[in-house]
Amino acid sequence: MKISIASGKGGTGKTTIATNLAVALANTGKNVAYLDCDVEEPNGSIFLKPEIEEQFDVAVPVPKVDLDKCTLCGDCSAACEYHAIAVLGKTVEIFPSLCHGCGGCYDICPEDAIEEVPRTIGRISRGVGMGVEFYEGRLNVGEALSPPVTKALRKLVTMSGVTIIDAPPGTSCPVIEAISGTDFVILVTEPTPFGLNDLELAVGMVREIGLPYAVVINCSDIGDSRTEEYCHREEIDILMKIPYDRQVAEAYSRGEMIFSIDSRYEKSLYELYLNIVNWVNHDGTSHSQR
Amino acid sequence: MMELVIVSGKGGTGKTSLVGSLAALSENMVLVDCDVDAADLHLIMHNNVQKTTEFIGGKRASINDEKCTDCGICQEYCRFNAIKHEVHTGNKGGERYWIDEHACDGCGVCVRHCPEQAIDFGEVVSGEWYLSDTPYGPLVHARLGIAQANSGKLVSVLRQQARLLAGNRGLDLIIVDGPPGIGCPVIASITGTGYVLVVTEPSMSALHDMERLLQLTAHFGIPTGICINKCDINPELSDQIEEKARELDLPVLGRIRHDEAVTLAQVNRKSVIENGDGTAARDIRILWERVKDAIS
Repeated sequence: MKISIASGKGGTGKTTIATNLAVALANTGKNVAYLDCDVEEPNGSIFLKPEIEEQFDVAVPVPKVDLDKCTLCGDCSAACEYHAIAVLGKTVEIFPSLCHGCGGCYDICPEDAIEEVPRTIGRISRGVGMGVEFYEGRLNVGEALSPPVTKALRKLVTMSGVTIIDAPPGTSCPVIEAISGTDFVILVTEPTPFGLNDLELAVGMVREIGLPYAVVINCSDIGDSRTEEYCHREEIDILMKIPYDRQVAEAYSRGEMIFSIDSRYEKSLYELYLNIVNWVNHDGTSHSQR
Repeated sequence: MMELVIVSGKGGTGKTSLVGSLAALSENMVLVDCDVDAADLHLIMHNNVQKTTEFIGGKRASINDEKCTDCGICQEYCRFNAIKHEVHTGNKGGERYWIDEHACDGCGVCVRHCPEQAIDFGEVVSGEWYLSDTPYGPLVHARLGIAQANSGKLVSVLRQQARLLAGNRGLDLIIVDGPPGIGCPVIASITGTGYVLVVTEPSMSALHDMERLLQLTAHFGIPTGICINKCDINPELSDQIEEKARELDLPVLGRIRHDEAVTLAQVNRKSVIENGDGTAARDIRILWERVKDAIS
């Protein structure tokens, strides 16, 4: 079972839900993996405090040109959709940060003058924290392309238990990379105009890629009722509502779990999981599965 | 012409509420919303869209079923696992090769390798951008299409349009509401800009995210200042942020206290400044005076 946690808007509580859900499930004896796929700003380790056991670099292939073989024909440059390679004067300039590693230049070079060399753009860490198998992808500062790090992380983890995926905010490619192929998406929102606007965009995204989903409303007693009205109108299930609690906010700020403030959350998160299992196993009965 | 970019690393620290308020406090300014996949600034800016333009993000490959002979060469070359071979509603129900448009990176490698020239490769509209009027000045914003890529390119278009607009209308300040994170759209939002204001909050997560963002602004050599939002949620951590700033020789330009009026303003579709004169509004006014000094 793979459950991803996404949101559209940032700061709505994805990591709080993801880490607490992971620990709640591990506490029932399940085999649980937590994947921090917010590779630009991964925060899961602050809460799960894992002992890191292994780390690997994530690299993408970039071209290297052998100027002794190169005839400066420019085929590579013409083939590159990302403008990452260009013939300039008597040399070939490569812009590694623009390269997507598609291999187009390497394929097309008539002189076999291009080889591909790995360029490290991020790092994956694996460990154990609070009884949860912990995995994190971390993009190196200054790198633009986060999806290859997420892809490498997703590929690495193939386990039989429950996998919880903490996605980045937004609705574009880094999020798609994190949530695609999961069995269920939890969209975390807050009942404010910004939260609702971004929830609508996130709902559009999960519908477009065809994944079952439901909503968790965090800080449910702030803002207004329009988010709930929207969910009812669109027949989207609300899995859980978490009222604003200053003590919870303070515990969060210190990097603590919400259980430490209110132990009832452990049970409600387990129930949330059972609800999701029920929906996934009875394919098509969820309202949101359209 | 000065361009000020507001970013945060972590999402939800209050970038957009702050940008809306700074807009209400400033004159002769163009606003830009560079959080193109979750744009919210227009919701509190009473905007009227004056002009809508399609955004061409890049190209996408698609297989022409009439010409495809099912050889599978394209799949061998695709490094993005975008070429599938399974039953799909879009290919007449048969088991044929098809391209998952969300996985396709638009590299064109499959197009060149197809022996039957059966792969179409055309530009795709992946969003639209808008020019709006607001009571505070023009607003340049966008909507990236659902599940689309190339947000960095769209961000660059918005910033370029804002500069043109500012030049044409003789406006001397551009205020940019940036996206969360430190990747592609953030880099596109801050490269070559005049000043970055980082909005953080006193939490371990926000502190961690701010440190990565500050490494990025240092990497690009951009003058940077910091503002601590909801500073009283955890005063010790707020002090820790100030200490970090001192270590890095960066100014903390303001502290904004937690104030329920910030959410209420949003519900009323107003900026914090426009909504009334509470603690947050007063703190933002002080911050703005210091930001003006910093960017002048």
